[in-house]
Amino acid sequence: MTESAQEPEVDRGNWTLALRRFLERRVPLVHLLPDRQPYFVGSWVYVFGVVAIAALIWIVATGIVLVFFGPQWWHVSNIGHFVNALHFWSVQIFFIFMVLHLWGQYFAASWRDGRAPTWLVGVIVFAISIVATFTGYVAQQNFDAQWIAINAKDAMNAVGVGAFFNVLNFGQMYGLHVLFFPIAVTTLVAVHVVLVRMRGVVKPIDPPGAETSEPARRSGPQASEGPVA
Amino acid sequence: MDSPATYLSWGFILISIPNLLMIIGMIVLFIVALVAPFPHGTDEKGAKERRDD
Amino acid sequence: MSSTADSQARYYAGIRMVPFDLLKEGVLAVVGVAVLVLILAALLSAPDVPPVTIGSWAQADPVDFVTTATAELAGQSGTAGYGPPYNGTPDAAQAIGPIVPQEWAGVSTPIDTAKDFVLHPLELAAAGDATLTSALATYEGANSTQQQTWLDAYTTALGNATVQGGEVTVTPGDYGPVPQLMASLLGVARSGGLDALLLENGRFFQTDFTRPLLLMGDGNYLANLAAVQHLTGDQWGVMNETGSYPGQTWLWLYSVWYQLPPFNTAPNADLAIVLIVLALTTLLALVPFIPILRDIPRWVPVHRLIWRGYYRGSSS
Repeated sequence: MTESAQEPEVDRGNWTLALRRFLERRVPLVHLLPDRQPYFVGSWVYVFGVVAIAALIWIVATGIVLVFFGPQWWHVSNIGHFVNALHFWSVQIFFIFMVLHLWGQYFAASWRDGRAPTWLVGVIVFAISIVATFTGYVAQQNFDAQWIAINAKDAMNAVGVGAFFNVLNFGQMYGLHVLFFPIAVTTLVAVHVVLVRMRGVVKPIDPPGAETSEPARRSGPQASEGPVA
Repeated sequence: MDSPATYLSWGFILISIPNLLMIIGMIVLFIVALVAPFPHGTDEKGAKERRDD
Repeated sequence: MSSTADSQARYYAGIRMVPFDLLKEGVLAVVGVAVLVLILAALLSAPDVPPVTIGSWAQADPVDFVTTATAELAGQSGTAGYGPPYNGTPDAAQAIGPIVPQEWAGVSTPIDTAKDFVLHPLELAAAGDATLTSALATYEGANSTQQQTWLDAYTTALGNATVQGGEVTVTPGDYGPVPQLMASLLGVARSGGLDALLLENGRFFQTDFTRPLLLMGDGNYLANLAAVQHLTGDQWGVMNETGSYPGQTWLWLYSVWYQLPPFNTAPNADLAIVLIVLALTTLLALVPFIPILRDIPRWVPVHRLIWRGYYRGSSS
């Protein structure tokens, strides 16, 4: 879709049109849903990220079931306890593969060629996931939750946020856990994936002194360039 | 699974067997992912790029 | 062509593109994880150790309960001397030089341990109980020096207390009305009344467990149960889980500091460690811009395994 050099007077200042053109330019479907990828994407290391996302899907799905029946359900029902076990192991799988994905992307230096924002968003996802998981642990309404809350309050109070983020307040922690953090985590994961799709998978690290492919030249208002290979 | 886990200690490190297995498992999984052969899809000779629709 | 498609075409110029199915890969991952999680949940289940209540604590370890309650009344418990956000105890807040965020936050959840945990529940329980009413009047009518004398003596005696006939018994001494107050409070606690009173806090619908949890945290009973499960701070507890379940292994870099000097004995350990972990997380986020950290992947040949097909020269 080419933009006409002279747009009609009526279209100037049209926000909807500007947004549509921005999306068509920067996030076209052919790169959101590609059916081709560079041949060097040929390692099982590339699978860690999508497995982490799959685990996140199951965390949310099992979480929705737990929310539906209320916070007491899984303590008194066998099915509820099983669904909670699904939720628990989904979280373990999520962290295992998110960390493996982190290791893989670190050793691949995947922030190169303008991909520093992707790395940054990834670290933020990691940090927010930890806090999201933490709100889950203190909202369990069992012995573990009691002990974790009693101790974690010291860290929160020491940095002055203990009354704002009161880990002893089940209602607050539960609400954050089932609403605020799922939205935050899934939104940031979506941003992370869109960034990967927009830029494409980073090229391999070239050995020093060898011929390198042309570094990508950015057109348009592309801001930060990370270190180029 | 409800009885307290066995713990191992070296110096100031104190770790439960389940946690240790988890960490070792992750390292093994990472190494396996690095070395295991990856099935390559069939190439399309002469079809290097698809035209955008 | 769009600008992203342009720049991707330029970026991958000269590189062979091969077919792949993004959706199939995603669906395979979702199904695979589902199978894995179903097997793990079916074989291993998940931890769920029932919570302690003030009632179960008072029944299982009445001496520890009464010792804690006495400390609350004397203003000598952990909560009483905590500082903000619960009270204004001077020099209680964690500080690193002039950095004292705990103080800056202020007393936003005021708790008077003597009133909230002991005297108010007893005033409610005293209705129709002449002995308790009288004991309360005696205590509240005495001056603070007298009260402190009784409390100090009783605290010392509790070090050798026994449980006889369900009652906490100490060697005879001058403790004023304190033993009577504590015996009544123990009765209220055993019945579950203290759980309800501290949670309800004047309102019926409540989800804020601050008061009951602070009281339980001041005692040794809960901490002893936690130590059996290796959940205390100096046992890498932050990483651990009850039973034989994996814990939060990803918190190792937060837990490790609590095991090391000077943090393992420092009163401001929490403040210091949270700041350290925040700094390390920021470093991780900024790796692309930090020399040496961003160059290690180039020096360590892991990438030569990831892209060994490429390095073998199988380019277009």
